[in-house]
Amino acid sequence: MKRFVAIGALAAAVIALHLLFAAAGAEYLLVQLTMAAYYALVVIGLCLLMGYAGQISLGHAAFFALGGYTAAVLSTNSFTQLMGAPALERLVHWGLVTAGTDAYGAAAHQVPVWLSLPLAVAAAAAVALVIGIPVLKLKGHYLAMATLGFGTILYRIFLGTRLFGEADGISSVRPCALLPGLTIGGDTALRTQNYYFAWALVLLAMVLSLNIVSSRAGRALRSIHGSEEAAAAMGVNTARYKLYVFILSAVFAAVGGFFMTHFNGGIGPAEAGIMKSVRYVAIVAVGGMANLWGSLLIGVLLNFLSLRGIFGSYDDAVFGALLVFIMALAPDGILRREFLHRIMRVRIRWPFSK
Amino acid sequence: MALLEVNNLCRSFGGLRAVNNVSFRVNTGTIKAVIGPNGAGKTTLFNLIAGALKPDGGSILFNGRSIYGLPPFRVAAAGISRTFQNIKLFGNMTVAENIMVGRHTRSGSGFAASMLSLPRTRREEREIAERAAELARLFGIEDVLDAGAASLDFGRQRAVEFARALASEPQLLLLDEPAAGLNIYETNELAKRIVRIRDMGITILLIEHDMSLVMDISDEIAVLSYGEKIAEGPPCNVRNNPQVIAVYLGGDVAQD
Amino acid sequence: MQYLLSGITTGSIYAIVAIGFNIIYNTTGIINFAQGEFLMLGGMISISLCSVMPLPLAIALAVAVTAAVGYCIELLFVRWIHNPTVLRMVVMTIGISILIREIALHVWDEKVRSLPYFTGNEVTSVSILGARISPQILWVLGTCALIVVLLNLFYGRTLLGKAMRACSANRMAASLCGINAGRMVTVSFMLSAAIGALAGCVISPMTQTQYDCGTSLAIKGFTAAIFGGLGSSSGAVIAGLLIGVIEAVSISVLPLAYKDAVTLTLLLLILVVRPSGLFGSREAGALKEF
Repeated sequence: MKRFVAIGALAAAVIALHLLFAAAGAEYLLVQLTMAAYYALVVIGLCLLMGYAGQISLGHAAFFALGGYTAAVLSTNSFTQLMGAPALERLVHWGLVTAGTDAYGAAAHQVPVWLSLPLAVAAAAAVALVIGIPVLKLKGHYLAMATLGFGTILYRIFLGTRLFGEADGISSVRPCALLPGLTIGGDTALRTQNYYFAWALVLLAMVLSLNIVSSRAGRALRSIHGSEEAAAAMGVNTARYKLYVFILSAVFAAVGGFFMTHFNGGIGPAEAGIMKSVRYVAIVAVGGMANLWGSLLIGVLLNFLSLRGIFGSYDDAVFGALLVFIMALAPDGILRREFLHRIMRVRIRWPFSK
Repeated sequence: MALLEVNNLCRSFGGLRAVNNVSFRVNTGTIKAVIGPNGAGKTTLFNLIAGALKPDGGSILFNGRSIYGLPPFRVAAAGISRTFQNIKLFGNMTVAENIMVGRHTRSGSGFAASMLSLPRTRREEREIAERAAELARLFGIEDVLDAGAASLDFGRQRAVEFARALASEPQLLLLDEPAAGLNIYETNELAKRIVRIRDMGITILLIEHDMSLVMDISDEIAVLSYGEKIAEGPPCNVRNNPQVIAVYLGGDVAQD
Repeated sequence: MQYLLSGITTGSIYAIVAIGFNIIYNTTGIINFAQGEFLMLGGMISISLCSVMPLPLAIALAVAVTAAVGYCIELLFVRWIHNPTVLRMVVMTIGISILIREIALHVWDEKVRSLPYFTGNEVTSVSILGARISPQILWVLGTCALIVVLLNLFYGRTLLGKAMRACSANRMAASLCGINAGRMVTVSFMLSAAIGALAGCVISPMTQTQYDCGTSLAIKGFTAAIFGGLGSSSGAVIAGLLIGVIEAVSISVLPLAYKDAVTLTLLLLILVVRPSGLFGSREAGALKEF
């Protein structure tokens, strides 16, 4: 029951923010909130993996980028030059490729979204499966380094491959029409519907994640965090559960990256970079590790501020500093009651102490 | 009838033969104890049965089926539950949740079903919670169900571990030095508790240092020394076995 | 031959980074993700000082300053945290590395800099075994060899070194014998920072120094440390050289852009197949709780 109240409150907050910005004539802020929502999908997945199951991943930006690049490649690579080839005609006939125009108005053929989205999800799930099986056997430093290594490998591949646009990334990705009346794109006229769509995804991810956390599967995940040995002795197939949550979090990230790319009209290799991955870890850490609501709140807040350019050239430094000070002073996050109490006490005592 | 049958089990670490050709059986509905001085290979033997270590050779039959070399979660699914020498609770979870994890093998909602919170899943969830509360009452920890498991005192942590192990309704319960760290009163309570569990129809295999506890409650005792079984039988026989006395009190005494 | 030489040169730097990891890991059980930043700091500081003082003095001062930074990190972030979880220390040292990098960015901007060649200039070369090589390569190899020899002497012959080894074997027992384990941690951080800074200086003329050059060095150094068996110095040297050579060969086969991907694939393979490394014993590796 509590879950439904909280989800309802989140939905209400989403609507309230829209109304507030609309009333203040600052609807342009919805753009950053939309992007923050897509990043929040990564954070929610990572929170399940890191906070609940206790498995660190320093390569999650790679999954976000994987979803994004799949969207970009499938919607910008024109199959038109193959025109006339019987293979293409057959693909068009089956509806696997649709004729349209590219960003410059020329005729182009693209993969429709109902196929490219599942492909993006499948790509992320497949990579997570292949990487996860061996890597999730590792613990501690080894797991951290292995995921960092995996993230960097994908980053290097995006950066060094022609298909992915090398250092420039892929731009002029077209908006995609998801449903009649719902188009994912950066056009000003589409702003409100994109905002609501992104947050609907976040709500869905939260509902699914909260369900997991308070169920048999969630207890199994948390028991792995508590003591892997005891969890196995209680009959939990620890390897399989770790793999499931790893794949789930990769899929969440890929979905975020997929829609973000259509929304932004492009993606660059920086999205897969180490700094991005570290940023997600920082958000989950600040949000309190095993705390979905905390991570969501902190994630949206920090990403929103960062996207607004509040931190200027100190953007990465802010996240670095956050990591250090949270881990040093409040390893359970700043939203914990004990930490807030400690701060309160400091404030109350301060004027009286000499 | 033998519930658990261990034959010629071996395991070495480097050159050290921690468990060497050990064979014994545990009969249904009895309490069997494995005793021996430090380093005799008791915990290794335990971990071999529970699947935490891979054996080098021999066989382990449970209910007539081989559980030799199975991973721990399969051994648990087969109906063997255990406690740990140095209590291993899930410190990040509440007492109730700890016991509920123990129900893992007796419930079936998978990852996807949990994610979608199907009606069947919710029903199962309620049953698990009720069963956990029942077990907590049995062990007198019903008042701390919502407390963090790490915040409890030592004795209560032990109780939680027992409840968690029993939540899976095992046929065989493995107890790894359950009296370690308990005072004499708590040990007496523990003895009563173990007998009560046996009377519930659960077979018990325990490792113990505390000789008085073992002598009081065991139906049968096996003695290990340097990885080998040197004696086996009812407590009265083992107590008077000269080899056992030699091992426990030193060689000189036995010769006198 | 040319590939082999350049491989050995970068490989010896990886070996030094790996040794830096090992020094801190042995005394604390922490993998210091900011290890690569020590190299960057050493290079940057010496480049700045070099304009106002002679090169050897600039390098010496840079090493001293970086050692002081290592001391500060230990003092501020490591010393007073009791029973840290691995996850906490991993995240924290990553945060520290980001902070150092960002501070460097704001102090030195993002321009690529380099120290002058120690002897001669870019075009000077000496001929050895038919290959013409830059004398700076000799400087790098010589310095790395010197570091390894001195470290071996330090650990084997001096009281402080022996005390540090005792700490790494068993911290509790060492402190019961009257060794100040806390001070050993401080020393290990300073030592590791100083060695890193020195390596950063000697390699600067050839590879250039930039505020963010530490990360990839750290990852490769870590690969070498794992490959050689975490904690083993001689393993680190051999593994470092091996990785350098593999990388150099990979450039001749694959596009340059994939260079890092090759090393990292190697890292993943080692981690999965043989996490105890080439020379670490499997049993001992299994016993360590990570």
